Amino acid sequence: MKSEMKFKWWYGALILALLLAISSPLASSSPDGLERVAEDKGFIGAALEPFFKILPDYVIPCVTNEALATILAGIVGTLILFGIGYGLARLLRAKGEA
Amino acid sequence: MHIPDGFISTPVAAAGIAMAAGSVAYAVKATNKKMGEKQIPLMGVLAAFIFAAQMLNFPVAGGTSGHLIGAALAAILLGPWAGVLIMACVLIVQSLIFQDGGLLALGANVANMGVVPCFIGYYLYRGIAPLFRKRKLGMMVGSGVAAWFTVVIASGACAVELAISGTVPLGIALPAMAGMHAIIGIGEGLITAAVLSLVLATRADLLELQKA
Repeated sequence: MKSEMKFKWWYGALILALLLAISSPLASSSPDGLERVAEDKGFIGAALEPFFKILPDYVIPCVTNEALATILAGIVGTLILFGIGYGLARLLRAKGEA
Repeated sequence: MHIPDGFISTPVAAAGIAMAAGSVAYAVKATNKKMGEKQIPLMGVLAAFIFAAQMLNFPVAGGTSGHLIGAALAAILLGPWAGVLIMACVLIVQSLIFQDGGLLALGANVANMGVVPCFIGYYLYRGIAPLFRKRKLGMMVGSGVAAWFTVVIASGACAVELAISGTVPLGIALPAMAGMHAIIGIGEGLITAAVLSLVLATRADLLELQKA
């Protein structure tokens, strides 16, 4: 059908999510609420290093430009989550849904 | 509010994993064979949007930042059980790939930022929104207030876990966490209401899905 070729509403939503990922270098780098409380109340040192690291701190390690490394990590994560969310919902689809 | 490993004790982490695993298993059962033509892409874009929005820390008072949790938004749009699944996906990817939130603490994080706020956000919204005669006003106020409460209550749950773990006394952790997140929660409320008003303006039909 011709309607399959139309620009679907969720393309726009996915583009919006990717735009957010692209603006991620603008994010505040201050500690978040829990980190701030942990610093103020003296238990930040209790945090353990991760057991393994893939893309720690939302940066792609081999990219030297920090903003670009963050943007790329954001895009990777956003697309991964779109795929997982979409795929999971498809597995749970109602009878008769394609 | 992602708890790193080391902040909570092994028994608390284990209890969190049990609660999260049980909730996710039940969420799969509750949503299985219910995802319709619109829910499938909506679940994808919500997971993507919440991940991206969580990267955007906004500054709050005193050199601190906060970011959207998104549980209230997901639960209002798709219902609490689908919301739990979305938040679990986001938190699992953040922990496994981006090392945000500990691996052992993953269960506690899914409980705090998924299960607890999805249900609180959903039912508070459903309770508050109909009190207003104007539908749009009810949606905005209901979602904003509900989203604010989800953040404050999630931070309270986090404080209780820290206290049970012996990391910090409850009398110190609870007011500090709740006070800080009462400010961060304003951002959650504003963003949740803004996104819902965007959905209302563009695809109002998507607001009826959670009743299914």
